Amino acid sequence: MNIDNIKREFPIFNNKVHNNDLVYLDSANSSQKPQIVIDRIYDFYTKEFSNVGRSVHYLAVAATNLYENTRVSVQKYINAKDKNEIVFTKGATEAINLVANTFGQKYLNEGDEVLITELEHHSNYVPWHYLRTSKGIKIEFAEANENGEVTLKSIEKKITSKTKIIAVTHLSNVTGAILPIKEIAQLAHSKKIPVLVDGCQSAPHLKLDMQDLDCDFYAISCHKMYGPTGLGILYAKKKWLENLPPYQGGGGMIKEVKKEGISYGELPNKYEAGTMATAQVVAFDQSIKFLEKIGIENIIKHEKVLMDYGQEVLRKNNSVKLIGNPKEKGAVLSFTIEGVHPHDIATILDEDGVAIRAGHHCCQILHEKLGLSATARVSFGVYNNKNDIDKLNSSINKCKKIFNLK
Amino acid sequence: MNLKELYQEIILDHGKNPHNLKKIENFNKDAQGYNPLCGDKVHVYLKLDDKRNIEDISFEGTGCAISIASASIMTDLLKNRKENEVYEVVKDFLAMIKEKPELSTKILEEDEKTKLMCLSGVKQYPMRVKCATLSWHTLTSAMDGKKKEINTEKFD
Repeated sequence: MNIDNIKREFPIFNNKVHNNDLVYLDSANSSQKPQIVIDRIYDFYTKEFSNVGRSVHYLAVAATNLYENTRVSVQKYINAKDKNEIVFTKGATEAINLVANTFGQKYLNEGDEVLITELEHHSNYVPWHYLRTSKGIKIEFAEANENGEVTLKSIEKKITSKTKIIAVTHLSNVTGAILPIKEIAQLAHSKKIPVLVDGCQSAPHLKLDMQDLDCDFYAISCHKMYGPTGLGILYAKKKWLENLPPYQGGGGMIKEVKKEGISYGELPNKYEAGTMATAQVVAFDQSIKFLEKIGIENIIKHEKVLMDYGQEVLRKNNSVKLIGNPKEKGAVLSFTIEGVHPHDIATILDEDGVAIRAGHHCCQILHEKLGLSATARVSFGVYNNKNDIDKLNSSINKCKKIFNLK
Repeated sequence: MNLKELYQEIILDHGKNPHNLKKIENFNKDAQGYNPLCGDKVHVYLKLDDKRNIEDISFEGTGCAISIASASIMTDLLKNRKENEVYEVVKDFLAMIKEKPELSTKILEEDEKTKLMCLSGVKQYPMRVKCATLSWHTLTSAMDGKKKEINTEKFD
């Protein structure tokens, strides 16, 4: 599959937005879906649907097999040791909540520290905050530097004898900084501290190798990976999933239920209570196939070209200021225009069919640090090309004209 | 969709050089408003006389051109108004922004209404309506003496 023609795989681009071609630059928020993923949801409901893991009839067996196939595909895609290290959740947010809740219950006590960073999305802060109020734990923030990156050193600085878990983003959704996860895990493990990685932004753009990174937990959002909404993945080393308590109780996660007590099911059922997002799981197998067909190396190369070109074009544009300048940077470009609020930028760009995000991007801690209430953000996916960046730039110029800027 | 209608000269002027952007001395009522979705913040200060008429009004805040212009125009139009007039203008403005085609209050002069109608462009941009209404809800909160911060997510 040639990445240069990939736009045609995404039917959304057949539609006009305000009579213009769609220039979709909001993939860090959510990615568009290729036809094969959309078709798979339709086909599954049309011909193959049943609930999984319970009944013995033909459809139930077939649906269960499809559901479990995706688990194996994910295992292979991220190079996990065991398919039971893959837990389906309703999103990356739920994946992080699952860890914060169960790990907190079992291992965290008053005065213990959870180390996160100033780059974190609210979904990797708020779940830990609950433990601050319920258990009296402390949350420490590794500092982001002026380039908008968090270095190994700034993590090391905040590790104390009280640090019980380190939870960090792999790729910042504001500055695009890529954190040195492998080194962070090595350092943490040398002090017997487990590491959780928020992989929402990295999963669609970087090579995922759990054996190489060696983190303990990795949270993935499927809808950012050209997959359906309502689905996330928690990768966790088996020892953790075996030792941590269950998260939600209900059908499917039990072994035996009696009036006097309950025993819980084996992995992965232990963490998948109730009817799961079956069709989404089945369809996500097609997202993985789609990514594999293009090849992650090609995706990385393609997005590097876009990133370099995007930075070059925006740097040349007077009044545009790029936010953050990390050495290792992923497919995100945040910027401000002196004299135009990001929401006004987004509204004006939208009229040209250029979709970007404006606001604090669920990262208020970082925006406060940068002294900004909001930024405009451009983010790339496989379907973007240089032409999209040119259109972005001319819309930015239109915006400047409306606001009488040079 | 019409950007020109949304970003009229008067909006851009007020957005760039807002009127009454300060903290008045001797204010006796104030309230803060916040839009958690976009981070817009506004703080409205009032000096009410003993009959609760607005003797002076000002605001501080950060936000987009629409929200700053709206606060600026609001403070211009409501200075030296009686309490009942303030409530009537607020009600009329909010109704216009939400559904009514025109303003119906007799309190404002025609040129004042024209100024306020410049904000009607947001009607075509449902995501931006809250930008225009934040300062108005915050003003009501200050008038009512409610200490609670206004949060746009709690309005329809």
